[in-house]
Amino acid sequence: MDLQLPIFYFFATILVAAASLVVTLRNPVKAALALVLAFFSAACLWVLLEAEFLGIVLLLVYVGAVMVLFLFVVMMLDINIAQLRSGFGEYLPIGGIVAALMLLEMVLVLGASGFDLQGMPNPAPQPADYSNTRALGMLVYTDYVYPFELAAVVLLVSIVAAIALTLRKRKDTRYQNPAEQMAVRRDDRVRLVKMPSEAKRESGR
Amino acid sequence: MNLLTQSYPDLVPAVPELFVLTMACIILLLDLVLSVRWRNASFLLTLYTLLGASLLTLQDIGEAGRYTFNGMFVDDLLSDVLKVGTYLLVACVLVYSRRYMLERKLFRGEYFVLVLFGVLGMMVLASASHMLTLYMGLELMALSLYTLVALQRDSRTAIEAAMKYFVLGALASGMLLYGISMLYGVTGTLDIAGVAAGVRAKGVDNLTLGFAVVFVIVGIGFKLGAVPFHMWVPDVYEGAPTSVTLYIATAPKLAAFAIIMRLLVGGLVDMAGMWQDMLILLAVVSIALGNVVAISQSNIKRMLAYSTIAHMGFLLLGIIANSENGFGSAMFYALVYSFMSLGAFGVILLLSDQGFEADKLEDFRGLNRRSRWLALLMLILMFSMAGIPPTAGFFAKMAVIQAVIEAGQVWLAVVAVLFAVVGAYYYLRVVKLMYFDDPDQQRDITAGWDARLLLAGNALALVLVLPWIGALLDLCAAAIRAIPALP
Repeated sequence: MDLQLPIFYFFATILVAAASLVVTLRNPVKAALALVLAFFSAACLWVLLEAEFLGIVLLLVYVGAVMVLFLFVVMMLDINIAQLRSGFGEYLPIGGIVAALMLLEMVLVLGASGFDLQGMPNPAPQPADYSNTRALGMLVYTDYVYPFELAAVVLLVSIVAAIALTLRKRKDTRYQNPAEQMAVRRDDRVRLVKMPSEAKRESGR
Repeated sequence: MNLLTQSYPDLVPAVPELFVLTMACIILLLDLVLSVRWRNASFLLTLYTLLGASLLTLQDIGEAGRYTFNGMFVDDLLSDVLKVGTYLLVACVLVYSRRYMLERKLFRGEYFVLVLFGVLGMMVLASASHMLTLYMGLELMALSLYTLVALQRDSRTAIEAAMKYFVLGALASGMLLYGISMLYGVTGTLDIAGVAAGVRAKGVDNLTLGFAVVFVIVGIGFKLGAVPFHMWVPDVYEGAPTSVTLYIATAPKLAAFAIIMRLLVGGLVDMAGMWQDMLILLAVVSIALGNVVAISQSNIKRMLAYSTIAHMGFLLLGIIANSENGFGSAMFYALVYSFMSLGAFGVILLLSDQGFEADKLEDFRGLNRRSRWLALLMLILMFSMAGIPPTAGFFAKMAVIQAVIEAGQVWLAVVAVLFAVVGAYYYLRVVKLMYFDDPDQQRDITAGWDARLLLAGNALALVLVLPWIGALLDLCAAAIRAIPALP
C-alpha cells in the first residue's frame, strides 16, 4: 500500500464531512465557510490526481471569487434563518428518496462495463517536471482554439444580455457629467448684476 | 510540442463565421457612438452583414466537405444550404419586424447584435463536426434567443416567457450534455466521426450507449419542441414580442435539424434501431396533440405554436424513415416549414400597430374587406401549412410521408395524414374568418412597403416554387449525402 491511499481518504473524509455541514449548519455564514473547506479538500484531491491546474483554478475561482462574493451576499442580506430552516424536516423524506435514487442510478450506469477499472484504467503517471498547465494551454490555444474562441463569444453575448436586460436610465437619480463640468465657462455660472449703490441706512432707533 | 511547429488552422472554410462575428462586434461598437436618429444604420449594416455572409457561403457551395480547426469545423453542402436558408430567414425577420420594433422602442443596437450572435450560433451548429463545437453553438444560439425574448422587459408576459424558456432550455442543454458526456465515456472521443467509429466498435447493445441516446433524444426533443417536451413552446410564442416569436419560429428550426443530422445521424447512425422507436413515439404524440389542441386556441400566436409542434412531428417522420430519401425530405420540410412560419407570423406583424397586437383570431375577421392582398397572402400561407396542393407545404408533407411508407411504416403515414386532416380545420378557420365574416374594426394597415413587398414574395414563393420542387429535393438529398457516416 502506498502513501496515496491514506492521503486520499484523509481529504475525502474532510470533503464529505464539510459537504454535509454545508446543508446541516444553521448559520449561513458558517455553511459558506464549510463550503470553502469542501472546495479546498476537493482541490487537494485534484492535485492528488495530478491535475494541479484544475486544483489551482478551483481555489482561485471558487474560493477566491465565488465564495467571497457569496459570503458578502449572505452577510449583506438580512436572511431569516428560522424561516429558511422551517422546511428542512418536511422535505427530508422526498429529498432523501430522490438522493437515494440518484445514487442508485449513478452506481448502475457508472458500474456498467466501460466505466469500471478495467474499462478506464489509471493513466500512466507523468514525470515530475511535467506541467499540465502548460499542456492544457498548448491544447487550448492550438487544437481547441475554435471552441475556446466560441466560449469567449458566449461570454460576450452574456455581457451584452446582462447589460441590455438590467441597465435602466432612472429619471430620479442625479448624474454627474464630467465632460460637461469641464466644459463649463465662467459666463454660464456667474452673472454680474449692476446695481446702483445705495447709502447705508441708519438702523435701529 | 512547440507553438512554432504547430500548423496554423486553415481559416478559409470558416470565413462566413468570422465575417458575421466581426460585423456583430462592429455593430456593437458603432451603436454606442451613433445617435438615435442613425439607428437605421445598424439595421442596414445587419442586413448587409447577412448579404455578405451569404455571398461568402455561396462562393464555395457544392465543393466537397472541408474540415478545419483540427476537424472540429466542417464546411459541406449540408452546412452551406442550412446557412443560406438561415441568412434569408433572418433578413426577412428583420425587415418584417422593423416597424414593430420601432413602435415598441425595441429598435436598439442590442437587438441587432443579439440577432447576429444567434445567427452565428446557428452557423456554428450547422458546421459542427465535433460535439464540443455543437454544444458551444447551441449555447450561443440559445443565450441570444433567451435575451431577445426578455428584451421587452416591462412586459410581464415577455419576462414570464423568457423565464420559462431559459429554465427549460437550460434543462434541455443539461440533458444533451449528459448524453454527450456518456458518449465520451464510452467512445473516448468527442469527434463526431470518432464517436460513430467508437459506437461501431463497442456494439449497439451497450447499456451506457442506450442511456446516452435517451438523453440526446430528450435534449433534441426539447429544442424541437416535440411532445412531451413541448411545454415551453406555446407560452414562449405567445409571450415574446411577435418579432422575436418570428425569429424563434423560423431559423432555429433549421439549427435543430442540423443538430439531429450531425449528432443523431452523423454520430449515432448505428443506434438507429433504438432512436427510431423513441422518435416514432415523439412524432405520433406531437402530430396528434399539436393538431388537436390548436383547435381550441383563440390566440393566433398560440395556435401557430401548437401547429409548430405538429409540424415538428412531421419533420421527425422523415428522420424516422432513416434513409437518404427520408433525411432529404425532412430537410426539405424544415426549409418549407420555416418559410411558411415566417410568412404567417409576418402577417401578424404587419397587422399589428402602435399599442395593438393583432394576435387574436378575431383580429383576422373580415380581413378581406380591409386588405384583399394581405388576406390572399394569408390564404396561401394557411393552405400551405394545412398541406393543400399546389402549395409547397403539400409537397413537403408528401415527401416525408412517402419516405415513411418506403421505410415500411404504413400505419405511421396513416396516422399522420388523419391528423393533418384534423389540422386543416383550424387553418381553414382563419380563411373563413378572413373571407366570410364582417370586420369588427376599421383600423388602417400601416405596414411599410418594404415589408409588404417581401411578404408578398415570401407567400407567393410557396406557390411559384412549384416547377423547382424536384430540384430543391435533389439539393436536399445531395446535402444529406455530404454526411460522412451514412452508409
